[in-house]
Amino acid sequence: MCISCGCDASRPESHHHHDGEYDSDPHTLRVETELLAKNDRLAAGNRGLFGNAGVFVLNLVSSPGSGKTTLLERTLAEIGTRLRFAVLEGDQQTSRDADRIAASGVPVRQINTGAGCHLDAHMVGHAVEAFALELLDVLMIENVGNLVCPAGFDLGEDHKVVLLTVTEGEDKPLKYPQMFRAATLMLINKTDLLPYVDFDLERCRTFARQINPGIEILEISCRSGMGLEGWYAWLQAGVRQKRAGDQGATGCV
Amino acid sequence: MHELSLTQSLVEIATEHARRAGATAIRSITIEVGDLSGALPEALDFAFEVCRTGTLAAAATLNIRRVAGRGHCRECAADAEAAQLTAVCPACGALAFELVAGLELRVLELEID
Repeated sequence: MCISCGCDASRPESHHHHDGEYDSDPHTLRVETELLAKNDRLAAGNRGLFGNAGVFVLNLVSSPGSGKTTLLERTLAEIGTRLRFAVLEGDQQTSRDADRIAASGVPVRQINTGAGCHLDAHMVGHAVEAFALELLDVLMIENVGNLVCPAGFDLGEDHKVVLLTVTEGEDKPLKYPQMFRAATLMLINKTDLLPYVDFDLERCRTFARQINPGIEILEISCRSGMGLEGWYAWLQAGVRQKRAGDQGATGCV
Repeated sequence: MHELSLTQSLVEIATEHARRAGATAIRSITIEVGDLSGALPEALDFAFEVCRTGTLAAAATLNIRRVAGRGHCRECAADAEAAQLTAVCPACGALAFELVAGLELRVLELEID
């Protein structure tokens, strides 16, 4: 059915032709294959597709409820006329997030993972078939809200962007290191709530750099708008770089 | 939770290799799992019971070789154990500690009939 990824995965195992020459001694077969090899191969295919189209692709990751969809809504409302966006929404079920994004008029597709706890490169590769990639500047992929599983699954993005909110505690980078290690940018969101919570910004930055010394950090509030100019500047710089053919970091773990 | 999709991949990789070698069954699958890979061996074992059903690996055992985390410091050149995922060198404290082992997630070999 699908030529590039061979996704007729349900084909039955065939018990074929060797019955007559059965060898009762087992023998060892060296395999030496990465468990994520298939995902990585499909992600490389996606990355090639995005590169050819010159579209800058971000994989937004965080715990549930840290404001990924609100960040997207605000970003689309404020710079959606300056850059051409499309959005992929990943959730276990419902199209609630896609409906919110659709209200902005930007092309959006919802991916429902069902029992799955993360998006993978196969889902993304098929979902973007709905978009005219060459007409886009930015593709935002909002991953399933989960600070653990999406870390290992490359989607073909340029960067993972991790959101962390001041209500979650500043030690999240130490507790969920895989994700903060894989991310290029950390957005500390809901900073308008800082007066009401015990969240030490400086300690949070320090913890994040202990996991990933090169991580970029911006503080924002999607509610008050504080710090969003820095996020928009970061986005626009990424788009310019991508257009110039400089892909930057691969987003691989 | 992502151990389920990792295990699906491992069964897929193993059955594909076994089929190409003309095997009638897989007796065992040996994989390497780094302690800092984010995958839980127990969860892989559990998922394997489900994922192997109806495949060439239906009666196979899963051998998991764990790999301890180790790192090297670019500042002080220390080679040290990495019990956690961190860039902080346990010897000198510099943010220059790079993992050299512990992130493995790899199918090593199969025993086939």
